[in-house]
Amino acid sequence: MAVSGIVLIGYLLAHMYGNLKVFAGQAAFDEYAHHLRTIGEPVLPHTGLLWVIRVVLLVAVVAHAYAAFKLWKRNHHGRGGAKRYHAPRAARGVQRSYSSFTLRWGGIIIALFVVFHLLNFTWQVITPGGASASPYERVVNGFSVWWLVVAYTIAMLAVGFHLRHGTWSALTTLGANTSTVARHRLNLIAYVVAGVVTVGFLLPPFSILFGLVR
Amino acid sequence: MKITVRVWRQDGPEAEGRMVPYEVDDVSEHMSFLEMLDVLNERLTMRGEEPITFDHDCREGICGSCDLVIDGIPHGPQQTTTCQLHMRSFSDGDTIDVEPFRAGPFPVIKDLMVDRSALDRIIQAGGFISAPTGTAPDAHATPVPKNDADHAFDAATCIGCGACVAVCPNGSSMLFTSAKVTHLGLLPQGQPERRSRVVNMLNQQDAEGFGGCTNIGDCTAVCPKGIPFETISRLNRDLLGSLARGRD
Repeated sequence: MAVSGIVLIGYLLAHMYGNLKVFAGQAAFDEYAHHLRTIGEPVLPHTGLLWVIRVVLLVAVVAHAYAAFKLWKRNHHGRGGAKRYHAPRAARGVQRSYSSFTLRWGGIIIALFVVFHLLNFTWQVITPGGASASPYERVVNGFSVWWLVVAYTIAMLAVGFHLRHGTWSALTTLGANTSTVARHRLNLIAYVVAGVVTVGFLLPPFSILFGLVR
Repeated sequence: MKITVRVWRQDGPEAEGRMVPYEVDDVSEHMSFLEMLDVLNERLTMRGEEPITFDHDCREGICGSCDLVIDGIPHGPQQTTTCQLHMRSFSDGDTIDVEPFRAGPFPVIKDLMVDRSALDRIIQAGGFISAPTGTAPDAHATPVPKNDADHAFDAATCIGCGACVAVCPNGSSMLFTSAKVTHLGLLPQGQPERRSRVVNMLNQQDAEGFGGCTNIGDCTAVCPKGIPFETISRLNRDLLGSLARGRD
């Protein structure tokens, strides 16, 4: 759970960096997208590194989901079934954060979003705003449609909440939380990672929607 | 003051349970929560009804026997044991829900009493040292760094009540297990079994059917002894060490 999560966080940061290239203009963005396919040549074949990343990602996603469902099942037995306490106060917990509360269903929203996202921009099966051979035009066409921006905003907020608890939890599981100072530091790191990823991913869609990038 | 308690009544392990309301008059704010239940039980007995079964022993907050979920929180609104919770924490006319500590590995025996021997079996799996210690040694015979001694002592104060399990949304006993792993792992006497201890105790924890830790932190918020959340990360460190270097 922790290790696969950290791999996915690393990918998100790289992906976000690529998205922000949209502010450098069409030539830079399309050049970056093309370069991802030729990187490492001639040592690696065409799109070689991309496939390495895809395989690593797929393994991480499968491991993350498998661990999540296994944990879900085990924890369901651990707490003794779905209905536990009659007192309504119990459902809110004592110091449970909203981000930890949304972890499971947020994760499912994110998984569904990733499928939609691939259909949208990668495979171009669903193309509101119009398909294009140029990745830059694909993005600009897509985010000119207001409801697509809304859908991506919801998904990115889910990612933000997921990363807030996920980053903290992964680092704690890996043994980094051994003092009060470390705990504050880990919480800070979690907020920064969640904030940077959410804002970083939402900057391009909103800039396009409001006509700052065209 | 006059309060209403809604108590979980269950005739036996296999019986169906239900919440039953009882009105309790003339409750003094100086009474402990258990004394209030004693008064209620006396009145129930006088009326010829079955008194409420609940666990209790020392009533000074040190044995870990008392285990009630009060208004949805183990040990109630104060971060202490149920026996050290006083009625002044409530107001006249309040309705208070009283339920047993619930978790998969904590089957209800009767009413509010649950079987927590799963925790004992986790201790039996590794929460001990095998070094022959003999009589108490001189205090300075084996020097222990002050920091280690403090952390070990913080962890050693665990009374094994199981509130961490009862509040955990996963029914995980991680705080309990990590308290013992941390306590013994930081002291020289605990080193011989350090790497096998964490693996054996966690295997037993899984075998008992406790859930896995997702670092929510409710456990430490209700712990009457304030076992710090950091103990869980210390256990994880020991576990990573065992996985990397083997158990022995």
